Amino acid sequence: MSARDTAADGRAERLAKGVADPELPMLTLGDLGIVRGVGRTSGGAVEVVVTPTYSGCPAMDAIRADIRGALAAGGIPDAEVRTVLSPPWTTDWISADGRRKLAENGIAPPGPATARTGPVPVALSVRCPQCGSPDTRLLSRFGSTACKALYVCGACREPFDHMKAL
Amino acid sequence: MTTGTGPGTDAATAGYLLRLGDDALIAGHRMAEVVTRAPQLEEDVALANIALDLLGQARPLLTRAGELEGEGRDEDTLAYLRDEPEFRNCLLVELPNTDFAHTIARHLLFSCYARELYAALAASTDDVLAGVAGKAVKELDYHRDHAAQWTVRLGDGTEESAARMAAALDAAWPHVDEMFTADPVISAAAASGAGVDPAGLRPAWDSAVDAVLAEAGLHRPDLPPQAGPGGRGGRHGLHTQSFGFLLAEMQHVHRSHPGAAW
Repeated sequence: MSARDTAADGRAERLAKGVADPELPMLTLGDLGIVRGVGRTSGGAVEVVVTPTYSGCPAMDAIRADIRGALAAGGIPDAEVRTVLSPPWTTDWISADGRRKLAENGIAPPGPATARTGPVPVALSVRCPQCGSPDTRLLSRFGSTACKALYVCGACREPFDHMKAL
Repeated sequence: MTTGTGPGTDAATAGYLLRLGDDALIAGHRMAEVVTRAPQLEEDVALANIALDLLGQARPLLTRAGELEGEGRDEDTLAYLRDEPEFRNCLLVELPNTDFAHTIARHLLFSCYARELYAALAASTDDVLAGVAGKAVKELDYHRDHAAQWTVRLGDGTEESAARMAAALDAAWPHVDEMFTADPVISAAAASGAGVDPAGLRPAWDSAVDAVLAEAGLHRPDLPPQAGPGGRGGRHGLHTQSFGFLLAEMQHVHRSHPGAAW
């Protein structure tokens, strides 16, 4: 691979990682940790490798289209996007910057993803992103998207989304 | 959707993936049927998300099954253009919703099984299957918790909810054994390392389900396994009456507009 190709791959990775997530537009795909790398197809085209947050994530088609669009606008018109499932995405891959942006936008960021045991888990306290109170209650284990759960704060009474640790 | 490790036919593994893919597809479709009919709005959202996870698991499994089969069938062809006897899902996942307790009973018994299955399949020799399983096991953890919490809530709820939950368990229970019964295709996949022998998952399933039932104040039904003529069931393409109605609804748009894409 030539130095020019290497430079193009680096630029492709930056462009792909800079794309806004369609469901969490305050985060880039880089913040979310779903861009796993950039390589080349056997035909020599730039190939961006992404992993879904959830198997059935309905945003994947939009994400693929947005990456191709961003690369085309950046002068890489024939890029391809490949989806890989392994290793599986974990919320631990969300960047520190991403966690800060989630909290600033009223979404409680996930805690560390730990292996769980037993059929009925112990609920952990989630801090309210609006007022900071730990006095919060789980309303629904599934929120507006597959990656979120719905909580309500006992102190400020505001409902909020919590990104589930996965 | 997902690219495999490459073409090449492997009929035994293809058949195994078809069984897994059909289980996920039909379980997901049944779950989607309840959306808008759940007891509360948040639950509609939960059921939709679970259905979406199951559909997301079914898609790469069916895609991979089609690749290994080598007859040019993709995920849509397999989902929408097969007839009832060609589906290989176990009967549990196709049981009708009837009432919310039936939905939860099916959901509990299946997710406790699928969670153990995918945990084991994360070490499959088929890279695509290992990838799907490694991802799915995390999702199934969450599904199992969700089902367990509802089982406890209904079983330990009112007299009415407890009676309905017990009746729902009775209806689903005769179809438990089929999940843990290997047919020749499953045995071949287990022998090659692509699959696992489901019988080995039973102890973990028993302890998970028993723990939930104990917490819910429900009894483990004392009912014998139910199979079709000659011991055949879903893995042989022999389905229950309600399955035809499910397929008609799931397939009619695709069959009415052949080749349509969006």
